[in-house]
Parts: sequence; C-alpha cells; structure tokens
Amino acid sequence: MKNSRKEGTWEAKKGLAQMLKGGVIMDVVTPEHALIAQEAGAVAVMALERVPADIRIQGGVARMSDPDMIKSIQERVDIPVMAKCRIGHFVEAQILEAMKIDYIDESEVLTPADEKNHVNKHDFSVPFVCGATNLGEALRRIGEGAAMIRTKGEAGTGNVVEAVRHARAVLGAIRKLKVTPPEELMTIAKEMGAPYDLVRYVHENGCLPVVNFAAGGLATPADAALMMQLGMDGVFVGSGIFKSGNPEKRARAIVEAVSRFDSPEVLAEISRNLGEAMVGINISTLPDEERMARRGW
Amino acid sequence: MPSVGVLALQGGVAEHISILIELGCEVKEIRTPDELESISALILPGGESTTLISLMNRWELIGPLRAMGEDGFPIFGTCAGAVLLSKEIEEKEHEVSQNSLRLADVRAVRNYFGRQTSSFVETINVVGLSELFEGVFIRAPLLLPLSDEVEVLSQVQDGPVLLRQRNLWLSSFHPELTPDSRIHRLFLESHGILKGSG
Repeated sequence: MKNSRKEGTWEAKKGLAQMLKGGVIMDVVTPEHALIAQEAGAVAVMALERVPADIRIQGGVARMSDPDMIKSIQERVDIPVMAKCRIGHFVEAQILEAMKIDYIDESEVLTPADEKNHVNKHDFSVPFVCGATNLGEALRRIGEGAAMIRTKGEAGTGNVVEAVRHARAVLGAIRKLKVTPPEELMTIAKEMGAPYDLVRYVHENGCLPVVNFAAGGLATPADAALMMQLGMDGVFVGSGIFKSGNPEKRARAIVEAVSRFDSPEVLAEISRNLGEAMVGINISTLPDEERMARRGW
Repeated sequence: MPSVGVLALQGGVAEHISILIELGCEVKEIRTPDELESISALILPGGESTTLISLMNRWELIGPLRAMGEDGFPIFGTCAGAVLLSKEIEEKEHEVSQNSLRLADVRAVRNYFGRQTSSFVETINVVGLSELFEGVFIRAPLLLPLSDEVEVLSQVQDGPVLLRQRNLWLSSFHPELTPDSRIHRLFLESHGILKGSG
C-alpha cells in the first residue's frame, strides 16, 4: 500500500496549538521547574535560560538558550517543549528545529537579530508562535507562516495592562472587520499592512486562522481568567510563576483558573492563600528602550 | 435532538462542538459532574493528557465518568482523550501519578511517533466508511489492544489508530481537525444516537 504520510503540514503545525487551547504554557529555566509545571497541569513549557524578569534586571544581549539546557528539559517531561529564537534569527530557528523542539517562539523578549525582517516560517516543519500588538501585526506574522499568535504584553513586569491592551486591539479589530463591507477590505489591508487574503479570511470567519493566546505580564489566576473572558484561547505565564512565593501552588491555581475562567465562585476559591505574587513594575515608569513590546513590527 | 457532551476542561473542544452541531446534535459542555446528566454520549477531546487527568481529578469527574463507562455509556476519546480511556499508559520516566479513567483494554504509548516535527497527516481506511479518511496525527499515541474484545477499526503501518471496545471508542488521530464528520457520525449511529442515513 502506498504511504500517504506527510509530516510538518500546515494542519499538523496549526493543530498542535489547537490542542493547547484552554491551557497554560509556563516559562521554565531548569528540568526541576519543568517537572513542577507538568505536575501542575501545564500544557507545555517554554525552556529558557532566564525568565523575562531576570533579562530585564541583568540587561545585555538576550539570545537563544544553550541547547544542552533545552535538551535536559526535553528529556524530563512528556508535554511539548517550546523555545525562543531572536526575531529574524533564522539560524537559531534552524538549530531549534534540529533539536526537535515542539514549537519555536520568535520572541521580542530576546534581543532582535534583524530590525527589518522576521523569520520566513514557511521554511520550517516545526511550528512557530509570534507576538502581536494589533491585528495587522498578527496577520503579517501569519502571512510569514506563524501557526499560533500571542499578545506581546510586557514580559517580565507582572503587569497585565499591556496584554489587555493588545488583546483588545486584536479582538476589537476582528469584530470590526466582520461587519466591514467587502469593498473596503483592500483599503483596510493596505492600511494595516496585512496580506489581503488574510484580511478577507478574518472578515468571512470572524476569527484568526490560528490559535490566539495571551502573554506578557500575567501573574495571578484572576489575570489568566481575565484574558480568557476577553476571548483569548489560552495563556502563557512567564516570570509570574517561578518569581512568586509558592510556584507550585500558583502554577496549579492558574491552570485551574483557565479551565474554569467563567465561574467567579470557583476563581475565588482558587485564588486563596497563594503566597506572594511577583513584584510588579508600572509600565509608565519603564523607559521606551526597555519596552519589549516595541520590538518587531 | 440528541444531546452529546464534550469534556470542556482543556484542548480541542470547539472543533468537536462544531462537528456535532453540523450533525444536528445539541451539545453540552462538561466541566462538573452535575453537567453529565441528560446527555446520551460523551466526547473526550484531544489536549494534553496530563493536564486533563489533573483537572478531571480536581473537579471530581473521574468517579462518575468511570461508572458511566462501565455501565455501557458511549464515550469517544480522541488522542489525549483516548489516553484517558486506556487501562495502561506508557510514557517516559515520568509516571502519571494521578488517577485516570482506565476503562478500555488498551495500552496507549504516548508520543509514539516522536515529537511535533514528526506530526503528520495520512489518509487511512476505516471499517464502516466506504471512502478514505484524512487522519491528522499530532504527537499521537499508538493504541495497542490488550484483549480480544477490542476491535481494530483502522490502522497505519505502525499499528492500530482507531479502536472500539463495546461502548468505548478510541482514536489516536483527530477526526475533529478535518471538516469531515463521518467518524463522529459512525460513532453516534452505531449507538443509535443518530439515525442511519442509509
């Protein structure tokens, strides 16, 4: 019998993100963290050397993590393992693909390697997730082959305000596009700087063609449930878990909050007695050059 | 109108719901034991099995679902959902410490085909369908029957990918990720929930 098997297809790339919906993806820096995350019910982990809060404090150029460190995490857990490459750094992406990472985050949390171009993600059989602050940016990334979108938020701040801003920008623009007369779509595509076909897809379907997660500054179960009630498909939590007083308990609580995001009584119970949350940063006190969400376009 | 439940704790829930609606079912999202009343079949969607097991324990769904499964209630688990139904779960070093449903005489080998870069699409033959079906396999498990009671309804060169043990159906691929509703129909028709079209 002829074998019809095709690996790395668009369905397979997009499909993994669909299976992550309603779940929490957690930043981890050690295999021990990864195990805690898995035990707590994370749907995937993001393996990196420093969480965004530490990247902020330590400064310098932030790059892809050491392959050995990523591998030590891949060996310890069964859930998907993601890793970050710098914006436009397609060789870091090639290395991560060679390591059979499950998902690549082309991330503004690392220092961009190309100020004009993102990675051509169609070239890869491994799927990519990319950050976006508005609909045009989301559609540009999907046009380049991203199989999953997340808000940029403002990573490492423990402040959810930017994630809310980006979620509202993307979801609000989608709602508007749904009722836009078709003859206006080309002009909108031109103004957004987004591919016409994707603008038309959103108009016809009322949603992005890929899964859309919240990320950047989430620190509490209530933050996670807020993003879900706004209409996001799931959440990334970075520094918010392992920079808090009781990571194990907080991780579990955020997982539970995402699966029961519309039950306030349940959220009240989940949110009790979690220990200290990470110390937050007010975005307005951040100098422009330290705002990661401004990276990428 | 038949009412079908979809476990809605995490994973590909919306995809199952839209196929069930297309088939003319009323759909109920299941998050707590009391929501299990007044449904005539249940779908356990794909997602992450460790997450699903943890949340099913947290919201006390394991006991009621196991009792229903043992009582002959039709349950269809896709991918992670099939892992939840399996009596034996094989995975690397890390053991599932929590209680799963363990209803079907099946051994699930998690991530059998490898990591995400080995996820694939393949057209398969399914017993009961006259034409091929496009199977989407994402970090898919292999499903090995442990008793003669388990029927193999489809297999690829590596082994079985669609199984049935009386009221329990298990697929290692995702019939909800293609717009093709034939496998859902097959499941619902064989339990008399949907009337045969033929």
